[in-house]
Amino acid sequence: MQCRNIVKIHRGRGVEGERHGFRAVDNVSIEIERGRIFGLVGESGCGKTTLARAILYLDPPTSGSVLFDGVELGSLKPPMLRKYRKRMQIIFQDPHSALDPRMTVYDSLSEGLINIGVDKARRDKKIRELLDRVGISSTYSRRFPHEFSTGQRQRIVIARALTMDPEFLILDEPVSNLDVSIQAQIINLLMDLKKDLNLTYLFISHDLNLVSYMCDVVAVMFGGRIVEQAPTEALLAHPGHPYTRRLLASIPGGAGRF
Amino acid sequence: MDLARFIAKRLLRLVLTVLLISTIVFFVIRVIPGDPALLIAGIDATPSDIAAIRAKLGTDRPLSAQYFDFLWKVAHLDFGNSMISEEPVTALILQRFPLTLALAVLGMVIGTVIAIPIGILSAVKPWSAWDYVGLVMSQLGMAIPSFWLGIFLLLVFAVKIPIFPLFGAETLASLVLPAFSLGFARAAILLRHTRASMSEELSKEYIIAAKAKGLTDRMIKYKHALKNALLPIITVAGIEFGYMLGGAIIIEQVFSLPGLGRLFLYAIYQRDFPLIQGGVVFIAIVFSLVNFAADVLYSVVNPKIRLE
Repeated sequence: MQCRNIVKIHRGRGVEGERHGFRAVDNVSIEIERGRIFGLVGESGCGKTTLARAILYLDPPTSGSVLFDGVELGSLKPPMLRKYRKRMQIIFQDPHSALDPRMTVYDSLSEGLINIGVDKARRDKKIRELLDRVGISSTYSRRFPHEFSTGQRQRIVIARALTMDPEFLILDEPVSNLDVSIQAQIINLLMDLKKDLNLTYLFISHDLNLVSYMCDVVAVMFGGRIVEQAPTEALLAHPGHPYTRRLLASIPGGAGRF
Repeated sequence: MDLARFIAKRLLRLVLTVLLISTIVFFVIRVIPGDPALLIAGIDATPSDIAAIRAKLGTDRPLSAQYFDFLWKVAHLDFGNSMISEEPVTALILQRFPLTLALAVLGMVIGTVIAIPIGILSAVKPWSAWDYVGLVMSQLGMAIPSFWLGIFLLLVFAVKIPIFPLFGAETLASLVLPAFSLGFARAAILLRHTRASMSEELSKEYIIAAKAKGLTDRMIKYKHALKNALLPIITVAGIEFGYMLGGAIIIEQVFSLPGLGRLFLYAIYQRDFPLIQGGVVFIAIVFSLVNFAADVLYSVVNPKIRLE
């Protein structure tokens, strides 16, 4: 997975209809190797989520290119793009709005499978296995999202992403909304899944501590730009950018506490 | 909670609402000045004439006795006889109600047909031509009083270009202009709600997840977002419909339609107590029933409500 010079300008209109742009992501290039966990840290509003959506081409970048498995996503026609996008999935910060409130867990998980023409017997088997894998009893599959706790919903969101057999997962602050004890469970689940299914992660967080525990490489984003990028240990030992140093200093007890 | 218990609870609430409104109406009418016996008797009446009329109307009895008698009759949908025409109030109301109901239903249909599609298009394509059309229409709808719109429509489409009748209610065509005047203002509000609700749903993360699952845009917008966006609209539409029944009173005046509005207006001029009481309670019952129906519909389509 490669991103080259991604720029995303949010266009808005003022009260009098005048157009203005805001550079949410400014000339970002990153490269994520297969099987690795790439960490992206930065404060809220620095463009992390915008970058994530641009990578998936859910909200295409204003300029720059995204290469997935050597193919440039921007050059694909919509049906092909949808096919490629299925190999990349995203896990969100807020599992409340991430599930359609009127669909049962089973319906949410089966929708994507129906769309690619998987027959019912194989669908049911797969959904049962996936729910089991993320630690949700498949007897609950006929329930609605509001009947689950936040942690359970995040597990369902993960299971839903896995229905598409993705190779690459973007984790957009997947545990920021969870209690600390639940955070650890979800992180462990994600680490196990990565190992078992040979996944590649882009892990987005504002928690440098968590990122340093999980990731092989860390990029620090600030004001829409990547200001520093290095293997985790090197970054922790010799932070170059003042913002990285501030992030490190803000962790009580220093990095590596996790 | 299962649906039957939910409905039972809402029905109980409906009964309480009607009881409360009946009580308020009963006492308000008796607090405001003006004795109907004096009005009926005329200027030349002797005190004994007036006393006789009071006895006949029952207004000489203690207030509490009148009140419980009134409640007992309301429970049987009996609002007594009109003081003026001496016909049963319930019969008078039921005679006029179909026209007002038809007007409100047609107004609602016109309002919905305008509001929902434009509201959805506005949310799906913000700042597009449709969005501007919606914006202008909702501003106009909220700014223009419905009676003014009614008069304007009459001038244009019944006087200058006579395609619709100027008054009367003989044909369906005669209901088009009044229903449009009524529906247009309501459409404005419904349109804003639809746009807001739809754009909120579209910004939720399950929409992005659906895109990531490889669903087409059309499926995402109309299968996921629209279904959820229409939920709150049901409640808004229920309330709007209730307002339309009330708003019809003014519009009936503009278009000279013999509906409930004119009946109640004359009842107020003539201090026809039983008719005013019966009319307000009747409207309250209809309003509550419409909202009750909206609530039940909402709970049927929303699995979340029933369990709470």
